[in-house]
Amino acid sequence: MRGWRSLLPILVFTVLYAAVSLSVTNSYYQLVMTLVPVWAVFGLSWNLLSGYTGLISFGHAAFFGVGAYAVALGQIYFDLSPWILIPIAAMLGGAAGLLIGFPTFRLQGHYFALAMLAYPLAILYVFEWLGFQEITLPIKRDNPIAYMQFADPRLYTLLALAMMLGTILLTRAIERSRFGMALLAIKQNEAAAEAAGINTLAWKLRAISMSGTIAGAIGGFYAVVLLVVTPQSVFGMLVSAQALTVAMFGGVGTVWGPVIGSVILIPLAETLNAEAGSRLPGIQGVIFGLAIVCVILVAPEGLFWKVRDFLRKRSAPAMATPPNAPDLASAAVPATPLPFRPERSRGIGRGTGRGTGDVVLEVRNLSRSFGGLKAVQDVSFKLRRNEILGIIGPNGAGKTTLFNLLNGFLRPGTGEILLDGRDMSGRKPHELCEAGIGRTFQIMRPFQRMSISDNVMVGAYVRSRTDAEARQLAADAIARVGLSEIADRIAGQLTTKELRLMELARALAGQPRVLLLDETLAGLGHDEANEVVAVIQRLARDGMTIAVIEHTMQAMVRLVDSFLVLDHGAVIVEGEPEAVTRDSRVIEAYLGKKWVAHAPH
Amino acid sequence: MTQALEGFLQALSAGLLIGAVYGLMCVGLGLIFGVMRVINFAHGDFMMLGMYAAFYLFTALGIQTTFGNVVGPFVAILLAGPVLAVFGYAIHLALISRVSGTRTSSLEGEGHYAQLILTLGIALILQNGGLIVFGSVLASIRTPLSSSAWELGPFFDISVFVNKARGIDAVVAFAMMTLLTLLITRSRIGKSLRAAADNPTAATYMGIDVDRAHRIAFALGTGITAIAGGLLATNYPFHPFVGVDYVIVMYAGVVLGGMGSIIGAFWGGMTIGLVQQMSTLILPTQLQNAAIFVVFLLIIFFRPQGFFGRMVERT
Repeated sequence: MRGWRSLLPILVFTVLYAAVSLSVTNSYYQLVMTLVPVWAVFGLSWNLLSGYTGLISFGHAAFFGVGAYAVALGQIYFDLSPWILIPIAAMLGGAAGLLIGFPTFRLQGHYFALAMLAYPLAILYVFEWLGFQEITLPIKRDNPIAYMQFADPRLYTLLALAMMLGTILLTRAIERSRFGMALLAIKQNEAAAEAAGINTLAWKLRAISMSGTIAGAIGGFYAVVLLVVTPQSVFGMLVSAQALTVAMFGGVGTVWGPVIGSVILIPLAETLNAEAGSRLPGIQGVIFGLAIVCVILVAPEGLFWKVRDFLRKRSAPAMATPPNAPDLASAAVPATPLPFRPERSRGIGRGTGRGTGDVVLEVRNLSRSFGGLKAVQDVSFKLRRNEILGIIGPNGAGKTTLFNLLNGFLRPGTGEILLDGRDMSGRKPHELCEAGIGRTFQIMRPFQRMSISDNVMVGAYVRSRTDAEARQLAADAIARVGLSEIADRIAGQLTTKELRLMELARALAGQPRVLLLDETLAGLGHDEANEVVAVIQRLARDGMTIAVIEHTMQAMVRLVDSFLVLDHGAVIVEGEPEAVTRDSRVIEAYLGKKWVAHAPH
Repeated sequence: MTQALEGFLQALSAGLLIGAVYGLMCVGLGLIFGVMRVINFAHGDFMMLGMYAAFYLFTALGIQTTFGNVVGPFVAILLAGPVLAVFGYAIHLALISRVSGTRTSSLEGEGHYAQLILTLGIALILQNGGLIVFGSVLASIRTPLSSSAWELGPFFDISVFVNKARGIDAVVAFAMMTLLTLLITRSRIGKSLRAAADNPTAATYMGIDVDRAHRIAFALGTGITAIAGGLLATNYPFHPFVGVDYVIVMYAGVVLGGMGSIIGAFWGGMTIGLVQQMSTLILPTQLQNAAIFVVFLLIIFFRPQGFFGRMVERT
């Protein structure tokens, strides 16, 4: 119901645009009316990949050009109709997306952008070399409709509008599904998304192939409308830039962005080109360039968001969040007060647990080096069900590296990681997450712009088939860490403690067999740390198996069943807290040799 | 056999000479990238401006009449450097500094996206604005040296011809490179640039104005690349859109050399020049540029660590 209502503006816009376009009689303006939705669709295609995943593509012309040439050459050499060729162009665009995406997604950030820039330019030279400098589509006088050649150019506008509407609906559907959620998570923190069980490569490939499909189709349509195809006009840098410009100008990561950008910029550039093109031949490019520069300096996320923020601000006083919100947050956890239970770790009830439970995680002779540095060497340990293992050691001892090996961020050099007896070493993070390893991060990795619920929901997808199921799992996990009351708040506004708890909930939502906590208490004050410790203790009481890295020994001694002490990547001591804290090697590693003599024996 | 060998040596020498100029060109970009970690898409277009600056200094501003056709072009080319350095300084001050340096902390992805897109916008304005101002007619800085050659040899019936203009270009490129290396390693400015590149935060605490260091690096890099562009223009005709082709060459060189290394960028550029000239032995000339793009892609796939500097992200 809500979905349909939100579609209303889009439908109204489309109908209005169609009505205006039907009233235009000048054939040049009719062409401009057609080009607006064409570039809007191309911008939407770019937005689907770059707007949602944050991987900026400077090479969307590759897909556009493939589509355009497929239609032009298909009609010339095989005498096929664009009605058939445009779907073929779409498929080729999608295939090109997979082909380009698969190797290129190994790159990140600007390396990805640079590589993407090279594809269409390389193809451009190849097409020039092949002798396709200028391809003109043959005019079919005897059966024009079958070849998509309309006497009335306004029909092209309607067709373009139909494609735009289709693309918008598709984008909307993606935006609201787990597909869209996964892409947003990737945009905000790819490593965290991967660790939360999102198969980032698979989602990115889906995004680029879908984006390529749309770009290929619209490129093919563009060839039909203009009837002439040249390498520069479909593979050129200006083409890639146009997709990016309309989307960036209008607003990134929303269906409205490319549409707004296209409606404003395309008529502007085309009109200037028509009026002054003969005297100022590059005016179109200058306009696009200026548009980009202005947008970056004034409204880095585009017009749509700027206007929306402005409108929100105006209506904000009415529904402003009360300034006492933080109180509410800190009240959330103590609402279920839990006494510290130092006896739980080494006392009654645990005597049976420790040492006799099933082994959930077993690490055998795990090693990993970076160049000459042996970051982790020959580490072995067992983690039994319902055990809390504390991993300690000086800075640089290899603790976080060990976690990175366990959750798949790093591939082990040698050794085995057995989860319930199955060797999982060398698997990708999302596979390990699915197998039951959840983790939090020393340097927190929230999805900044998503609410707590959405953040945690991303972690729940790995265990759920439907969105409803994921929402339920997320709600449960949020309740377990005591954040239910502020679940709608955006991660960017949270305190360190709340973020730590949210990361904990995100890991919990995937229902892990083993939870890896990397310095969960770092940056917390004494009372805050106690609250978080209480949450962890409650998890352990409920049967969770946990490995925790922590520097705060006071907290650790209360929390853990046993210690694993690392120094220079190797295990120096393993055992119960009392023994370990008195061990001379541990004291030496932490404090230096001269303190060993002072140690109580 | 002799012919094949002669062709090979000819391509090799051409590659080395062009490579030296490419090297200088890459150093300009490498300096900016190394110090500021900013990807400047418009760098090829800055070079295009450098070419036109040298062209107009030579033809319209009297250098041709003062220094003649042999020395004149090189004087104009060397003067184009400072002209473009001022331009680079201004661009950084007005635009780039808003999305880089100490201001980036507030931006998403440390401002990388903003930088990429901003410089793309600048590139579009320069290319198309160039088309309006300079027109689409090919221009070149011709000297009598461009069409004459020194003959090396014959050794065993093989002689290699070295284009005089290219020879001098390479010498100038090496000289500039030496000067720059001295500047970076010996001078106070060079030290502040290296400090700002290494650790901007620590440099700030040591009293170095990081934003100013960035501005100097940007101006210096722009000027150097402009000189390299002028040198190229003695042999290659140019047009307002020439930057797109060269910007890929530049990034290929910088990546190959390993980011942050000035000398690395030079040898990276040299390698690209060699690859380009050698490819003419087996590929049709139209595909020369396509070959560079392919090499570029191969480099970022197989040697991205040169690019990354620090591979391991802290978790």
